[in-house]
Amino acid sequence: MIALIIKRLVATTFVMAFVALFVFGLLHLAPGDPAAVIAGDIATKEDIERIRNALGLDLPFHTQFFNWLGAIMQGDLGTSIFSGRPVAELILQRVEPTLALTTTTILLSVVVAVPLGIVAAWRAGSWVDRSTMGFAVLGFSVPVFVFAYLLIMIFAAHLKLVPVMGYVSPTDDVGGFLRSIALPTVALGVTYVALIARITRASMLEAINQDYIRTAHAKGLGIIPILFRHALRNASVPIVTTVGIGIALLIGGVVVTESVFAIPGLGRLTADSILRRDYPIVQGVILIFSAIYVLINLTIDIIYIIVDPRIRY
Amino acid sequence: MSVGTSQPSAEGGTSRLWSALRWLRRHPTVLAGLVILVSVSLLAVFAPLFTIYDPERLDPLRRLKPPSAMHWFGTDQLGRDVFARTIYGSRVSLIVGFTVAAFACISGLLIGLVSGFVRVLDPLVMRVMDGLMAIPAILLAIAIVGITRSSIWAVVVAVTIPEVPRVVRLVRSIVLTLREQLFVDAAVSLGAKLPRILFVHIMPNTMAPLIVQATYVCASAIIIEAILSFLGAGTPPAIPSWGNMMAEGRTYVLVGWWLLLFPGLFLSLVVLAVNLLGDGLRETLDPRLRRSTTNE
Repeated sequence: MIALIIKRLVATTFVMAFVALFVFGLLHLAPGDPAAVIAGDIATKEDIERIRNALGLDLPFHTQFFNWLGAIMQGDLGTSIFSGRPVAELILQRVEPTLALTTTTILLSVVVAVPLGIVAAWRAGSWVDRSTMGFAVLGFSVPVFVFAYLLIMIFAAHLKLVPVMGYVSPTDDVGGFLRSIALPTVALGVTYVALIARITRASMLEAINQDYIRTAHAKGLGIIPILFRHALRNASVPIVTTVGIGIALLIGGVVVTESVFAIPGLGRLTADSILRRDYPIVQGVILIFSAIYVLINLTIDIIYIIVDPRIRY
Repeated sequence: MSVGTSQPSAEGGTSRLWSALRWLRRHPTVLAGLVILVSVSLLAVFAPLFTIYDPERLDPLRRLKPPSAMHWFGTDQLGRDVFARTIYGSRVSLIVGFTVAAFACISGLLIGLVSGFVRVLDPLVMRVMDGLMAIPAILLAIAIVGITRSSIWAVVVAVTIPEVPRVVRLVRSIVLTLREQLFVDAAVSLGAKLPRILFVHIMPNTMAPLIVQATYVCASAIIIEAILSFLGAGTPPAIPSWGNMMAEGRTYVLVGWWLLLFPGLFLSLVVLAVNLLGDGLRETLDPRLRRSTTNE
């Protein structure tokens, strides 16, 4: 077990090292002068020179990379070209809305999707099953911003139940927070619900056909304990793994959702920085998001290695 | 019906067509997907035949007009015809969807074949693929378009790269099970060279799951292109694409719903069609293949 965990930790370190090298090297892979690429089409010679100096682009590649990596280890993600402020500080300011949005989305999605998937598997072939799976295909097909605007048109513009956009911090006003986060949560959650419902159904179907489920039926156990205590527990590995892998989907969706609903979070910061060609911020955000994604999945894997004796890779 | 199994050369074509049609009748959702895809493709190719309007022509006197008999989908903030822009916009989505699916599957196939068969390269290739998969697809695409000049080909490259690792993993997993099979041993003992084993014996067996995967890559590519364009980091704003149209229309969400609804509807319909096609093919070609992560 310990050996397995160490193996996973080493693999994760390699993955993160590659991500860092890739995020850093991307700028140098591009055709042409990286400083000119960052500066954009309308930059003057002085602008390009200023950016070259600020980013240390005149140094050799490996010196640049290790300087950059060393700084990151100390929590220094560089300086924004646009505002001149430290990237780490800009990122920290934007964490709260994104954390709030992703937390509500994950909670809502799991609460909706897992029971849907269980019922769909239990009544496989019924109308519940077919409409759940039909909804899942739709969820994969309607892009998050299309669904977001549909929600805005119906619930904000027409019915006027919630504000069109904006964000209220829960520390200021809990009611306002819930109203401002409702539509973004639903919009962001649709694809995630589709993903989780589908995998729940598939792994529950597999579990339900096992002998121990027949035994549970035979000894007269009710359907609720059979489904939740016996079947779901055994079907949970792929479900929880998918919830973890799906975080990548959420992170991509956050960039779009925050942009649509004008939520001042990390996603919005990413979208704005791309338009301003503020590459240090883009690098920092990608690095942070990837690290979070990798760490969550590492944690899930390790918990399962400890909890589930069947897992031997 | 006089189609005999004993005369494959003369009537093989018609009998294959018949069985394909019978299969489609039993799979109405796939049929619906095909009909949508073919219709939108026709609209895209013959766009000038379906509208009298130029998608670029401004008409300052008819700005933000709701749908009417003259302008079926209304006009936008510059007086351009939304219907014309929507059907011309389908060109971008279809081109990006199909080219990305082709590029990602061909490069993923080659890398996967080599990685699965040449043990020395395998660990290195797989670590690189794991690293690429650790970066959420949209962020990876954003980072890549961020360093290039905006053009439709930059978008194609940016959308292809996040899709490749998934294809590599699929192909590699198939190769790993195939290389233990007897027919591969037989080919090796007959003295077949590596390229022959890979391309003649292994590759044909990867085709069915690869075709299914191609449909999912296509759907995902269409969505990511639209998202990039919507964020202002995709297809150049001068070209009408569904993402660009929605990006321009977002300011008018309260006064001009048609600016957002029609491109969004077409976008969703096309992705739905591709997904339905993929699900149908998967059911028939490879029942074991399960969709793990899609459309990020």
